Amino acid sequence: MIADPFATIGTLLREFLVGLGLQAAQANALVNFLGAGALATAVLLLTFFLIWVERKVLARLQDRLGPNRVGPFGLLQTIADAVKLLTKEVIVPVGADKLIYYIAPPLTVMSVVGLWAVIPLAPNLVGTDINVGVIYLISIGAIGTLAIMLAGWSSNNKYALLGAFRSVAMLISYEVPMVLALLVPTMLAGSMGTVAIVEGQREMWFVVLAPLAAFLFFTSSMAEAGKAPFDLLEAESEIVAGYNIEYSSMAFGMFFVGEFLHGFTLAALTVTLFFGGWLGPGVDQYAWLGLFYFGLKTAIVYFVVIWIRGTLPRLRIDQVNAVNWKFLVPLALAVVVLTAVVDKLAAGQGWDRTWALLLANGLVFLCVLTGVQLYARSVRRRIEIGARSTSAIGAP
Amino acid sequence: MSDQWLFIAFILPLALFMAGMPIGMSRMLGPRKSNPMKDAAYECGVETVGDTWVQFKVQYYIFALVFVVFDVEAVFLFPWAVAYDRLQLFAVLEGVLFIAILAAGLVYAWRKGNLEWV
Repeated sequence: MIADPFATIGTLLREFLVGLGLQAAQANALVNFLGAGALATAVLLLTFFLIWVERKVLARLQDRLGPNRVGPFGLLQTIADAVKLLTKEVIVPVGADKLIYYIAPPLTVMSVVGLWAVIPLAPNLVGTDINVGVIYLISIGAIGTLAIMLAGWSSNNKYALLGAFRSVAMLISYEVPMVLALLVPTMLAGSMGTVAIVEGQREMWFVVLAPLAAFLFFTSSMAEAGKAPFDLLEAESEIVAGYNIEYSSMAFGMFFVGEFLHGFTLAALTVTLFFGGWLGPGVDQYAWLGLFYFGLKTAIVYFVVIWIRGTLPRLRIDQVNAVNWKFLVPLALAVVVLTAVVDKLAAGQGWDRTWALLLANGLVFLCVLTGVQLYARSVRRRIEIGARSTSAIGAP
Repeated sequence: MSDQWLFIAFILPLALFMAGMPIGMSRMLGPRKSNPMKDAAYECGVETVGDTWVQFKVQYYIFALVFVVFDVEAVFLFPWAVAYDRLQLFAVLEGVLFIAILAAGLVYAWRKGNLEWV
């Protein structure tokens, strides 16, 4: 019980339900239902806290205090905001496609909460261990893109439609390096199941074996979540607000619940796939330690997400797409090939796997760095030549 | 097998319901005073001209096309990645060849100028 409370609770609950006279299948279904309800509730309640954390950390990064009026340290600020949003009018613009208009915000939240179903929180504590976990992550994540398109289309507003178009162009572009980067942990663990991927990192975290894949996954997930510097989804200064311009009240709030939660979820996914998930010292004796390790690692990665958000300015849409197609995608292809070949060669030649992969990743990193430097230099030269010719014409 | 998917079959509708509920509550709790000006499309005070659902730029279509090519091909790579441990070096190189064809497609799109945002 003390060593592994989660498995014990599950077994006890099943036995209790069977004892009540239920069939084993019925009891199983009920346990699954309760588990799903508990996970969805926990994740959505966590959002209240996450919004506070993000605002507070962001404020500190920008030399402000952040919310500090409602409750101790402003902890109840989010609840006050939620109550305010609840009592606002839900405005549906003229000519909007009503059903789609209403379904889009919950779909955004659903796509994020659905991801938590396959994230292992601790040993024996995972929503469900399906054998196509990674593909499930990709497909459920894509529903978020769909929701944005639906929102922009159904609002009957040109800004919303424009915003949706460019968001979708960006989101689907960044899905390519994400999917390719996901191939690497699948390859190293030999399974698409998330639990197997965590178990596969017992010897060494995948971030050590494939640092470039971790970087690619993290970056493209940041774009998928619409975090700065990829927050073109809500570029206030360019297209007023983007796809959510016509939304008000809690319908608007749900988009933001989805967005804030997505930031944390991407941290959790990065931890699961590359930073060893719940693995840590002593986790085999005491399973509950796994939850602590998982939470700690996720909190650290989440802090980095907010840190990046507070530091980098927003990219332009053409820059965003150029970075993806001309930098991340070729790099992702190279990383997949490299990991596949080097790992197989290392196994065949009897080299040390960790060092071989690290060295290969380092070499590619150096090549990429040199390439980017050369490119930047050529761009700078072109700008200098351009500046010189104009000044010659405009000279007095 | 189907047991594993039961959880997902529960959590997705539950999440949809839990996210939809606040919107419903908002509709009940919030005021409902509509007028033509409020319900008009918001374009910073300027009245909207013409139909919203216009034809969109072909650029987006090309991006979507390149995306579909890559995403579908990447999904084909997943079985290869799962079986990676049991593959010989030759089979791995075959997978690499497949990725090389993908990369050739990317180079083609690049040279055609499809990756430029205009």
